[in-house]
Amino acid sequence: MALVEIKNLHKSFGSNHVLRGIDFTVEQGEVVCVIGPSGSGKSTLLRCVNLLEKPQQGQVIVRGEDITDPDCHLDAARQQIGMVFQQFNLFPHLSVLANCTVAQRTVLKRGPQDADRIARANLERVGLSDKIDAYPAQLSGGQQQRVAIARALSMDPALMLFDEPTSALDPELVGDVLTVMRKLALDGMTMLVVTHEMAFAREVADRVVFMDAGVIVEQGPPADVIGSPTEERTRTFLRRVLDPTHVEPS
Amino acid sequence: MSTSPEIGTQTTVERKGLSPRRRAQRSRLIQYAVLVVLVLVAVFVANWHQIGSVFFKPEFIKSTFTDGVLKALVKTLEYTAGAFVIGLAGGTLLALMKLSQVGPYRWIATAYIEFFRGLPAIVVFIAFSLLPLAFPGMTIPWDPYGVVWLALGIVASAYMAEVIRAGIQAVPKGQVEAARSLGMPPGLAMRKIVLPQAFRIVLPPLTNDLILLVKDSSLVFMIGVAADGYELTGFGRDLANTYSNLTPIVVCGFCYLLITLPLGILARRLEARTARTR
Repeated sequence: MALVEIKNLHKSFGSNHVLRGIDFTVEQGEVVCVIGPSGSGKSTLLRCVNLLEKPQQGQVIVRGEDITDPDCHLDAARQQIGMVFQQFNLFPHLSVLANCTVAQRTVLKRGPQDADRIARANLERVGLSDKIDAYPAQLSGGQQQRVAIARALSMDPALMLFDEPTSALDPELVGDVLTVMRKLALDGMTMLVVTHEMAFAREVADRVVFMDAGVIVEQGPPADVIGSPTEERTRTFLRRVLDPTHVEPS
Repeated sequence: MSTSPEIGTQTTVERKGLSPRRRAQRSRLIQYAVLVVLVLVAVFVANWHQIGSVFFKPEFIKSTFTDGVLKALVKTLEYTAGAFVIGLAGGTLLALMKLSQVGPYRWIATAYIEFFRGLPAIVVFIAFSLLPLAFPGMTIPWDPYGVVWLALGIVASAYMAEVIRAGIQAVPKGQVEAARSLGMPPGLAMRKIVLPQAFRIVLPPLTNDLILLVKDSSLVFMIGVAADGYELTGFGRDLANTYSNLTPIVVCGFCYLLITLPLGILARRLEARTARTR
């Protein structure tokens, strides 16, 4: 059984039809990178997986449970789905440690010692053991994003969603975050990553999905989709991303 | 082309009289001169002995203290503090109602807020003073605190509700999304994530509301509390009537400043801190 199964997903914002019938699955342990031009609907697709956006039509099935069903316990389903945002969205009034324990304590009802131990272990995993007592505003963007990853991991999720996790970072800080994500992938975490980092997608992803104008244009192993794409739209996009200074003859 | 002026041939504008800077300098001098004249007139014309004995008569300053101005000050603080707590609780409730997804809650909150913000506070106090007449036998517990806290709190909650609502809406949407993505239900996300940040944002305006509340507590004398329930204004007015002298009122006025000025400084500090962290 697939970990995530998406069937015929449609999402509109007003008259803007962003997702036009998406079907796709993520298997247990798989790392899937979603690429595509801005406005192609890839972030919206990701946000539909934990229902931060409510699709108008279609199903999102996580571990066999249809979370678009109004009878589904959405909060319980979301506990299994960690999410990392482009803008980090750390809780600025809480310390790094408290950011990682607040949901463990209040949602999972873990005791203070357990929550603490798990949070510390995950902060160590992202290389920030020395920042436990700091507040988000005292950290660099790269450090904040790694705390956000530790916060999500502290809930022991079955799946991690990454929404352009390095797009808001200064270039020299991108590497640290990607290193953490690569390690996570090697540990066997199931990951769905919306990204513009082609090198990361090529190296870490088991499968790359190329989206454009609200549909999946092509998907497959990175060597195929990024290495030798079959669709013209994919080729055009990759040409622009991989060689942004290239000027096409008019 | 022929109508446009030729570049470089324009003659300098003829300058008449003083330059603007000289004129500004002269204007400042005149302002100083006016001030000096006014001060001199005040010093020589005013009857300083009379003013001193009406506003600052030493023996009345002393007797104002021995008669219990400090007790009145404590009452003012007690009335204000209780009303602030009620205002804060009621204001938060109203703010949440105003942001509710259930239409009628929004309408009720809006009606309440607009009604009590539109009324002079003194009208509410007069209404409260008449309640026992209108409903014979009706009593509000903890006399006189209950009725004072209720009357002040009803008005304060309307003002605070708008401030708190603005604070809640100033918390970025991503905060709720992050909380919800961790599996927090809406109420928990509001309590643990949104409200703590919202209150930090509204701390300066809430401090200003507290200052207003300190001053509005002077309206308590409209309700007609017993003499031992007098706060600063009621106490000062009573004593000033007894002495036929304004000194007690002046002392009470300074007592208000003792509360409001530090609060004002606190509010400005908090504002500066908020401005720094954003």
